[in-house]
Amino acid sequence: MRIATMRATVVAVGMLGLLDACGSSGSGGGAATTTATTPGATAVCKGTTQNPGYKNGLTKQPNQATSLSGAGSTFVNSMMSVWTAAYASTGGVQVAYQSIGSGAGIKQVQAGTVDFGDSDAYMKDADIALAKGPVLQIPLVLAPVVVTYNVSGVASGLKLDGETIGKIFAGKITSWDDPAIKSENPTVTLPSEPIATVHRSDGSGTTDIFTDFLTKESPSWVTALGGATQSRGKTVAWPNGIGGKGNDGVSGAVGQTEGAIGYVELGYALTQHLPYANVKNKSGAFIEPCNQTVLAATNGVTYPADLRFDLTDASDPQAYPITGTTWALVYQNQTDAAKAAALINFFSWVLTTGQDMTSTVNYQPLGKDLQQKCIDQLKKLTLNGRPIVS
Amino acid sequence: MTAQAGVDVPVVRPRGRATRWLGGDGAFRVVVTACSAVVLVTIVAMVIFLLVQGFDAMRHYGFFSFLTTARWAPSEATATSASPNPYGILQFIYGTLITSLIAMILAVPVAVSVALYITNFAPLRLRRGLSSLVDLLAAVPSVVYGFWGIFALLPALKPIGGFLASTLGKVPVIGVAFSGPYFGYSYFAAGVVLAIMVLPIIAAVCREIFATTAGSWKEAATALGATRWEVAMVAVYRPSRTGILGASILGLGRALGETIAVTMVIGNFVLSINKSILGQGATMSSVIANEFTEAVEPFHLQALFVVGFWLLVVALVVNIIARRIVAAQAAL
Amino acid sequence: MTSLAIEIEAYSAKRRRRSAAATTGLVMVMVGVLAVLAWVLLYVAVQGFSALAPSFFVSNPPGNPSAVGGGFANGILGSLIVVGLAALIAIPLGILAAIYLAEYGRGRWSNAVSFFTDVLIGIPTIVTGAFVYSVWVIHFGFSGFAGSLALAIVMLPLIVRTTTQMLKLVPDSLREASLALGASRRKTVTRIVLPAALPGIITGLMLAVARAMGETAPLLLTALGNNLFTEVNPGKRMSTLSLQIFDNAISGFKSGQARAWAGALTLVAIVLILTFAARFFARRSRVAQ
Repeated sequence: MRIATMRATVVAVGMLGLLDACGSSGSGGGAATTTATTPGATAVCKGTTQNPGYKNGLTKQPNQATSLSGAGSTFVNSMMSVWTAAYASTGGVQVAYQSIGSGAGIKQVQAGTVDFGDSDAYMKDADIALAKGPVLQIPLVLAPVVVTYNVSGVASGLKLDGETIGKIFAGKITSWDDPAIKSENPTVTLPSEPIATVHRSDGSGTTDIFTDFLTKESPSWVTALGGATQSRGKTVAWPNGIGGKGNDGVSGAVGQTEGAIGYVELGYALTQHLPYANVKNKSGAFIEPCNQTVLAATNGVTYPADLRFDLTDASDPQAYPITGTTWALVYQNQTDAAKAAALINFFSWVLTTGQDMTSTVNYQPLGKDLQQKCIDQLKKLTLNGRPIVS
Repeated sequence: MTAQAGVDVPVVRPRGRATRWLGGDGAFRVVVTACSAVVLVTIVAMVIFLLVQGFDAMRHYGFFSFLTTARWAPSEATATSASPNPYGILQFIYGTLITSLIAMILAVPVAVSVALYITNFAPLRLRRGLSSLVDLLAAVPSVVYGFWGIFALLPALKPIGGFLASTLGKVPVIGVAFSGPYFGYSYFAAGVVLAIMVLPIIAAVCREIFATTAGSWKEAATALGATRWEVAMVAVYRPSRTGILGASILGLGRALGETIAVTMVIGNFVLSINKSILGQGATMSSVIANEFTEAVEPFHLQALFVVGFWLLVVALVVNIIARRIVAAQAAL
Repeated sequence: MTSLAIEIEAYSAKRRRRSAAATTGLVMVMVGVLAVLAWVLLYVAVQGFSALAPSFFVSNPPGNPSAVGGGFANGILGSLIVVGLAALIAIPLGILAAIYLAEYGRGRWSNAVSFFTDVLIGIPTIVTGAFVYSVWVIHFGFSGFAGSLALAIVMLPLIVRTTTQMLKLVPDSLREASLALGASRRKTVTRIVLPAALPGIITGLMLAVARAMGETAPLLLTALGNNLFTEVNPGKRMSTLSLQIFDNAISGFKSGQARAWAGALTLVAIVLILTFAARFFARRSRVAQ
């Protein structure tokens, strides 16, 4: 009995030591804010983050259309549904957003069949060339891509580094009790189960963020895919595994399959009670994805004028390395005055009031300078060649 | 000429020809003939439109390179390079064939047995009820089969898959086709779902065939002292073998084209042929369903139309052969 | 008894045993098939009933997919609209084509039409969807109407085949009597033959509608779906019950899966009701003759 108690104490102390590896500084505490609903096992993820309370919205445009249609990313879907529901109750404008994947969203924008698109992978020049005109890409919100798994007896917080994850998805590591995983998690009992990788079968911005991280951190992944141009993208040539449709398809497949590992936006893992990993970042610490670590990934980032950037593998010591944003895709030159007014009003609202709703669904608001740049980007909308907002 | 109830008699002078066109008959005939053409026009239009839509890709990469390459990697496609073809569809053809083969192996013996039982062994009172029940299997929509497949069938197949992997998977030559690990989503699971879906079609056609075999043969056999089983074998089964073949090919045609139930349980792995039937894969129809609405890479959408074109060709060929065989049996 | 007689008797006994064993085997296979049917239907029923609530039929899915409750009202309405339009297109075309095959059909053309009608039944519906995409969606966008076009192509050969069979069953004596009384061919068909075959034709129509209600694949490429909002304009993207079941079935949200089970139960119930009603009509038409 005494030996068992001793062993238990050692394990407990060991666990605390592991958990503390994420850093000990407290979060930016603030009063009267919403609490993040992450499990918050690590110290840095405890506590609350402050709602930004942006007030720099654009003046409301009159004579707006009463409905807008949008399509794209499943990554942003939970956030978008909260936004559209709240916006409908305040302004009476119905924004119908179809969550079909970033790839499909870009395609709809190129075809002009929706008022706006949404993608977690920014449109490249080749994509814009296929569109009907110049496209404004406006980041809306931040969120982490988490590595989720379904292994009996393994809870949240499994430590994985980029090379290990890359090897798993490249098919080089095929069993959960592989030494590479065990060496980073000495106290976790890993069963000798085969690993089933789950990836996106549709064109996905989430895939783009995830493979961007793998390209930066996993040489095995890059080699397996045949080079850095092939190892990142909305679709890649996955060498094995199960394909799921949308973020919810991946989380569904992971939940259904014993021994599975996949990548989804944080909200999906939380609402479906799937555990997720602490991923090693550039500075060498194993980081738990949460509000604080996502916001840390934006520290010191300089944003280009066209707002196309990557947040993966950031240099901040507390940054979660698989962080991303999602861009609204809007044609710069609008031809319908009512639609243009509605678009400006909606996105201005999203970039101000909407940012205060993010943590309720485990997304993170844009930082101050990024948000200002987004508002400036929104001002560039023109109607038949003439700027709308003066 | 008196007017009868319900038949009013028009007073129209025939136009001096032997054939009398009365009361708009000419126009009526034109209209119905035109409507009958819709079916043929549709099929021809399908072939043409799919070919036209896929034409750019076929011209860029070469007509046959799609069929000879077994690697589907849209992310590697560029607007200029034409070789190697990143849109090889051989693995989808393989996926379609292997899942249909599994379905046939499972469904045909069962369907023939069921049809034989209903027409020759079942008590007379039960025959119509049993037929209706088997036909009910055909009424369940594909998406419901897929849904049931994920949550009810996959867990039930897990021990079977594990058993196959641990026994047949270890055998020297064929073992690679049964090698694990088995995660549920697989060609095998898709084949089982397909088997359940095509069973009622094969059984219904076989029932028709068995029910219409010459009763005199059965009577003769019984008179000669044959047991029930012998009567069924000699007088019903053996003369109907052509028809059973036709029914099976009809079922095969249905299995080839099934999309939704397959895509929900097959795992959607598109890169290359998965050598094990216990592994994930994709079929021609499942890849179209999954990738169509977001094909943004160069030639991606056209390549999917090429897949659709070949699927149509295969379906047409199989269905034409099947119908011919069934018609030949019916003429017997 | 002679030894030959004993031999014969023994062999007969062996044959009888084989027959009995084979019969038992066939019975077991039959029971197995019925067991699978029961498994499918009962599983859907159990899962569906536990998720079903009256609100399911009148409310749309919640914006937040992890929220419990809500329903597929927009999908049910969309199914009715899309299938209804498809029926409006396919039924007149199908009946007229069947009239041609039954009343005028002689020779190579009608043989070809009849043969290829059966072939069209076997065309994969995803190919039909891709075809309608290339003909309609490319120019006019995704819409409920495009979905109706695809479903009409699926329904048409079924309607043609069953209507032709039913029309051929009408005895020629009716036609001869009508023509002898001086009625035109058109009047004969529309006033005499069609009404006589009507119960059987309605059977075929119901089965075609049941088939169309269950289709998902062609709608993925034409109607695309509209998950959260009710849409009654067939010129816009619409959702159908089958599409919503598909989207929610593969999703990981337990609440979404629950809604999908309720939807699956509803869809199976609709299809079964149509199928049984069709059989009821078929039996009545047989009795009437």
